[in-house]
Amino acid sequence: MFDDRSPIYLQIADKIKEDILSGALGEDEQVMSTNQYASFYRINPATAAKGFQQLVEEGVLYKRRGIGMFVSPDAREKLRTERRERFFEEVVDAMITEARVIGIPLDEIVRRIEGAK
Amino acid sequence: MTLSVEVKDLTIRYGETVAVDGLTLKLAGGKIYGLLGRNGSGKTSVLSAVSAFRKATSGAVLVGGAEPFENAALTRQICFVRDRVDAQDGDCARGVFRMARMLRPNWDEEYAQALIERFHVPLKKRIGALSRGAKSALSVTLGLAARAPVTIFDESYLGMDAPSRYAFYDELLNDYIAHPRTIIISTHLIEEVGSLFEEVVIIDKGRLVAHDDTEALRARGVAVTGPADAVAEFTAGRTVLGDQRLGGTRSTTIYGQLTAEERGRARGAGLDLGPVGLQDLFVHLTAEERR
Repeated sequence: MFDDRSPIYLQIADKIKEDILSGALGEDEQVMSTNQYASFYRINPATAAKGFQQLVEEGVLYKRRGIGMFVSPDAREKLRTERRERFFEEVVDAMITEARVIGIPLDEIVRRIEGAK
Repeated sequence: MTLSVEVKDLTIRYGETVAVDGLTLKLAGGKIYGLLGRNGSGKTSVLSAVSAFRKATSGAVLVGGAEPFENAALTRQICFVRDRVDAQDGDCARGVFRMARMLRPNWDEEYAQALIERFHVPLKKRIGALSRGAKSALSVTLGLAARAPVTIFDESYLGMDAPSRYAFYDELLNDYIAHPRTIIISTHLIEEVGSLFEEVVIIDKGRLVAHDDTEALRARGVAVTGPADAVAEFTAGRTVLGDQRLGGTRSTTIYGQLTAEERGRARGAGLDLGPVGLQDLFVHLTAEERR
């Protein structure tokens, strides 16, 4: 569930983004209401609403008045692009730093990647 | 209908002891509030004044804009729940429920029955013979089923075991969603129940320490960790809540939001910025050395 150490609404937004990236939530699919979400995860409804609002502002979700929140048609593609931009810095560079610290030669990593092709 | 709760320059004295010391608070109606404070910080005194169980020594309490003290119509709208039951030891729970049905204008009998079953409230035993857990179960059942526009739980579920407490959190949240009202919860179990609060009020020695949106408060504590010199330089001139050293590493907890520029500067200096949980923040803000 959610930890106590960072804003819960950001954790909610991240969780929904993960579901969109993995395909568990499809384009134009309705997401749970803030009340359902609050009740399910045992959090204040205002906190849940803040997480959803964040996603509306980012264009990941859109509102249909009186019906609920839906996944934007281009949300998955948008999130994938964002993640790709961060991939080298957050995943690859971090891996290289870790490899240097523990003494794994980069050649060995390259060989492993070649093997996975 | 939701009712706001306002406390204006409230002071409560017991003889020489000042329990509440010029406290001012404004709580909008329809939210769930967490009231946090150490033992003896004045939580129960404030809540007793809000519920009209106690008269203010000076200052004012307003619920929905009116004074609740000796105002029967208004006090029916305020439900104060503790971990003991306001009844004679010889009474049985059945009698306590009969009273509640009469006194509480929004009482929901069907909901009360469901809660009695869920929390295994013994109806036939005398109040004096109930275990601590059973007393808590009875109290929270009375508090929830009353559906009072202002409902206050003053550490009322401390006697319950963990599964019963979580059942209580679920009931509270779902019933609040279905019937929005002003709820104030005072508790020591911050990690368990913190995610239910929309706003948090922290008091210490009868004075206000912090009142903010829970999420904003969470974002306000930052743990700065790294080489001792760099940490000292970065945290100089800030409100320091706590400080720990381990060899050449230092971790200092500061209070106050950091700008993006400051975050960047910290990272550039090889410092790690970590979030601080609500409970840790509470511990730091009310620690002995800060008193």
